[in-house]
Amino acid sequence: MTELTKLTIAEARAKLAAKDITAVELTDAYIAAIEAANPALNAYVTVTPEKAREMAKASDKRIEEGKAGALEGIPLGIKDLFGTRDVHTQACSHILDGFKPKYESTVTQNLWDEGAVMLGKLNMDEFAMGSSNETSYYGPVVNPWKAEGSNQQLVPGGSSGGSAAAVAAQLCAGATATDTGGSIRQPAAFTGTVGIKPTYGRCSRWGVVAFASSLDQAGPIARDVRDAAILLKSMASVDTKDTTSVDLPVPDYEAAIGGSVKGMKIGIPDEYRMDGMPAEIEKLWQQGIDWLKAAGAEIVNISLPHTKYALPAYYIVAPAEASSNLARYDGVRYGLRKEGKDIIDMYEKTRASGFGAEVKRRIMIGTYVLSAGYYDAYYLQAQKVRTLIKRDFEDVFAKGVDAILTPATPSSAFGIADQDLAADPVKMYLNDVFTVTVNMAGLPGMSVPAGLDEKGLPLGLQLIGKPFEEETLFKTAHVIEQAAGRFSPSKWW
Amino acid sequence: MSVDIATVKRVARLARLAVTEEEAEKMAGELNNILGFVEQLSEVNVDGVEPMTSVTPMAMRKRADVVNDGDKAEDIVANAPATAENFFMVPKVVE
Repeated sequence: MTELTKLTIAEARAKLAAKDITAVELTDAYIAAIEAANPALNAYVTVTPEKAREMAKASDKRIEEGKAGALEGIPLGIKDLFGTRDVHTQACSHILDGFKPKYESTVTQNLWDEGAVMLGKLNMDEFAMGSSNETSYYGPVVNPWKAEGSNQQLVPGGSSGGSAAAVAAQLCAGATATDTGGSIRQPAAFTGTVGIKPTYGRCSRWGVVAFASSLDQAGPIARDVRDAAILLKSMASVDTKDTTSVDLPVPDYEAAIGGSVKGMKIGIPDEYRMDGMPAEIEKLWQQGIDWLKAAGAEIVNISLPHTKYALPAYYIVAPAEASSNLARYDGVRYGLRKEGKDIIDMYEKTRASGFGAEVKRRIMIGTYVLSAGYYDAYYLQAQKVRTLIKRDFEDVFAKGVDAILTPATPSSAFGIADQDLAADPVKMYLNDVFTVTVNMAGLPGMSVPAGLDEKGLPLGLQLIGKPFEEETLFKTAHVIEQAAGRFSPSKWW
Repeated sequence: MSVDIATVKRVARLARLAVTEEEAEKMAGELNNILGFVEQLSEVNVDGVEPMTSVTPMAMRKRADVVNDGDKAEDIVANAPATAENFFMVPKVVE
């Protein structure tokens, strides 16, 4: 049975269509794998085996009747940020204690409409605020990767740490994730998986718990580039329930795979050569450049002068939007309530006890920068800087650059409960230094595994594209994947 | 600009977060650290730059002004900590 969980989505799709395997067999194999692995990895916060078997049975029937959808019978894990009808949806926060929505998010509904099977809900940083999955109310996720000769437990990255770990450990065929500042791409890089944050507006945000509405985007984490293309095709849609959903047809991303990058212009931004960048990251980046050059792409040096301001601007814009979005958790309509001597006391006690430290920190920053007297100095200034960051990208794309290649993260996965990072929140924030510009400009960005560091841990490269040109990213990422190969952790759990 | 404990308490009140004295003290340090980090934005010349309001150049789509959902009061209160006859229950707010 364990062999079945080794199949990629494309492979499973072929075997299901040929009736070599059934959706129920495939689902059972994953449920068994989750039961065996989850006590060690903590990737799932809820497993829904009965629902999964029921959905798989229905898939087998549709396959039998020749009515199979694009993801018929494919078992997926869903990040806990997505609203799933009558199933645990808490953004891994205590404040949503017991919350089971009476609605389904558009993205997950799209997946079920195509025949996908839900295995359960995946662990994440609380309200998607974190880069290590350590802010989850349900405890940290353990990365399936370990450094060679070491037994130290590593983080899978965040905030989509459960999604990345579950995909890497083969506890689902693919997973949904979300990315506000790097939350798909950084965990993908830390686990040797592929993750794409599509252009802002490509996937509907309806029914997804909001963190920072002008930055949040859903996307898949998958085992390879083709699987990511298959998943994004089904996740993306035009949705009247999200006014920022863009009215453009969803292309067949898979068709872009295998295309040539010959003659494409790949930009290499000077500003991403950070001081103190590990030599291994530098080497990996050069390797990526060499691969694309060998495949016929033209490499051009570019400048994105406002890069260093993206992270500080993000840490104004994102907390400001979060403080506003999270105002709804007041102990009245859903989730946790702590009684108080009056209604204000009830709000304050509920929120103090329901939110974790990192979420409180960001609510405080957001409230402060939006408060009277500080709005212009912080929020307005940050939104102006954001315009400049976007303009940097527009300028290089106007000069004919098709895509930009950068490292995905400044390091490989670090240890759980790292003392240095715990002592200084800003140090943790620096994990997003290469990914956050993409959210600020609303562009598509993809992380693709490109090699292992000297400790034997995976490292990723990031590709950044023009708005709604995800196909270029899939095509280019596939060239890197072909050259680099694929990476899987050795099973210890 | 430095945030003191009184400011932390004022902001916590605005954010409806109960904080203890020790928490306020810890938060003051953390907030100052983060505000110190974002301080570098002030060195960017933003003369004549419009603040970003929409990341994609698009006019916001609007739905037709028609009723397309409703009649589900039970669903709406289903997750509330305290309800009565499809109303949300809160502590008394008027004497």
